[in-house]
Amino acid sequence: MALDKWIAVVFLTVAVAYGYSAFTYPLLPFELNMVFLPNTMPMALSVIAIILCLIVILSPKPVTTDSGSDIDLSNLGDYKVTQTLILVAAMLAYALALRPVGFLASTVLFLVATGWILGERRLHIMIPVALMGAGVVWFLVQQALGIFLRPLPWFLS
Amino acid sequence: MFDGIMLGVTAAFSLTNLTMVVAGCLIGTFIGMLPGLGPMSIIAIMIPVAIKIGDPSAALILLAGVYYGAIFGGSTSSILINAPGVAGTVATSFDGYPMARMGKAGKALAIAAIASFCGGTVGAILLIGFAPALSSVALLFHSAEYFALMIVGLSAIAAFAGEGMVVKALLMTVMGLIMATVGESALFNAPRFTMGVQDLQSGFSFITLAMALFALPEALFLVMDPARAKQDDADGQIKDLKITRAEARAIAPVIARQSIQGFLIGVMPGAGATIASFLGYAVERNIASEEEQKEFGKGSIKGLAAPEAANNAACTGSFVPLLTLGIPGSGTTAILLGALIALNVNPGPRLMIDNPTIFWSVIISMYIGNVVLIILNLPLIPYIAKLLTIPRNYLIPFILFFTLIGAYIGQNNATELLILVGLGVGATILRFANYPLAPLLIGFILGGMMEDNFARAVNLTDGIQFMYQRPMTLTLLIIGVALIALPIWRRRRSRLSVADGD
Repeated sequence: MALDKWIAVVFLTVAVAYGYSAFTYPLLPFELNMVFLPNTMPMALSVIAIILCLIVILSPKPVTTDSGSDIDLSNLGDYKVTQTLILVAAMLAYALALRPVGFLASTVLFLVATGWILGERRLHIMIPVALMGAGVVWFLVQQALGIFLRPLPWFLS
Repeated sequence: MFDGIMLGVTAAFSLTNLTMVVAGCLIGTFIGMLPGLGPMSIIAIMIPVAIKIGDPSAALILLAGVYYGAIFGGSTSSILINAPGVAGTVATSFDGYPMARMGKAGKALAIAAIASFCGGTVGAILLIGFAPALSSVALLFHSAEYFALMIVGLSAIAAFAGEGMVVKALLMTVMGLIMATVGESALFNAPRFTMGVQDLQSGFSFITLAMALFALPEALFLVMDPARAKQDDADGQIKDLKITRAEARAIAPVIARQSIQGFLIGVMPGAGATIASFLGYAVERNIASEEEQKEFGKGSIKGLAAPEAANNAACTGSFVPLLTLGIPGSGTTAILLGALIALNVNPGPRLMIDNPTIFWSVIISMYIGNVVLIILNLPLIPYIAKLLTIPRNYLIPFILFFTLIGAYIGQNNATELLILVGLGVGATILRFANYPLAPLLIGFILGGMMEDNFARAVNLTDGIQFMYQRPMTLTLLIIGVALIALPIWRRRRSRLSVADGD
């Protein structure tokens, strides 16, 4: 089965679960008399979604004709999948570190680390660039716009 | 009226007000380039500054400058790194980003600037001429018509979808609508479908979803496929702004049509720049010739010019209900309304009579803002486009960083970033399977509005009979159904004729 059909199966599961929670939605007592309920549109949507999923899954030949997409799954081996996964992990780590470690340190670390993963070895350029980028954005966001970003690690602020 | 225009011209051309326009445009452009800070947030941030100025005309002129600048800045990030920070520039990235990838970033930015300029200019002229008359027509649009308009917008998605992709595009639209129902809405009393996750109580945020669907997959593809990042800068094309005569001839009618259509959509309260840009794109794609249709989505200059012109014209149009009726048609104009009231100006039918200086100088300064914007930005474009020639090892970390921080500063919430990365990986897989991602985002943006208007119409009429009782609603709904049925029917017919040919 092609990947797009597997994804349609995943969507079907989501739609069924969503439909279940829409049809069993706990209405508040006074809502029962309303014409339009919180679950009116969700119920309709889940039914439509299930129908569309079934069309994608059951349509005999692959629904996609060649749409001229420049991304091809068949040469996945040529792609740098491992590197990409490491980058995704780095983003997750950055998200979790942003608050406790502080904006400046975690951003510089993130920029240098992702540069390193991508193959940049000239740290004497990368580190100043990262420091400058983090500093400029922090200054813009915190000082000019007044949106709070904790700049320093938890033990310093 | 002529006296009024002269009054506005004299007021707008004073040194203070000209400085305000220039300052506003510059601030807007540069902050607007950061994905995650759209016109709404920038104007909100600038309000204290504007109030400190004291003079209502000068303050409003500054804010209008910021507004225009921010919209142009938003198009820049859509074109260069596929990161639309505002719903109104999502359609810009459909063709703007492919152009940038072909090494024509400079040209794409120039077309965007020129289309925006024309859209804004036409909008300003129409605003001067028709503001009072249009405001009464806009009031004829009730929630039933808005609902029908959303349906047209959503079914226009079938027009975005390529050959044989209609079902998938519709499926993605419905998924977007489903995501829009998560969290609290204005209509009901409790958050829905949050799966017990506290951070979903206010629903998915637009910025997070836009970054996850467009910017993040693109950055990940740049990592996976190093050849993709290579730009042909051998002949210095990337900085080249030149638009050939043939290209100018191709986009001129597009810009003219979309400026007017965008303005009219912008006038209706609640529709705004987002719908104007999507509809503009869909309309131009449908009326283009067959060969040109294949170009759409792959770097068509028409596909870039249409949403940009429509978007800017609609922004100008949205000032009509604000200035003449005191009804804000969009989030941004709602914030402007707040600023006006803080400055002791009451927008409404009496504004034109009581405060003609304010009314006219704002309109004239919109036009000046457009001129200033294009004078400031055309010379800057080569440098902005040059950003793409930064080596890959530096560019990708910064794209990822801006994507993440754009979602973070909106919410100040680290969970948002985890959601962003999760959705981004999901979107990447969807791209592998050839699912179009734009319909999901469009469904998400229009979903909330659609449900609100539908509920209001149902509550008003105690049922769904408004669908056939109101002629305008019925017409719009028929157009919507036709938009979905047409591509399916056309495909079936072409398949039959192929079979006959065998």
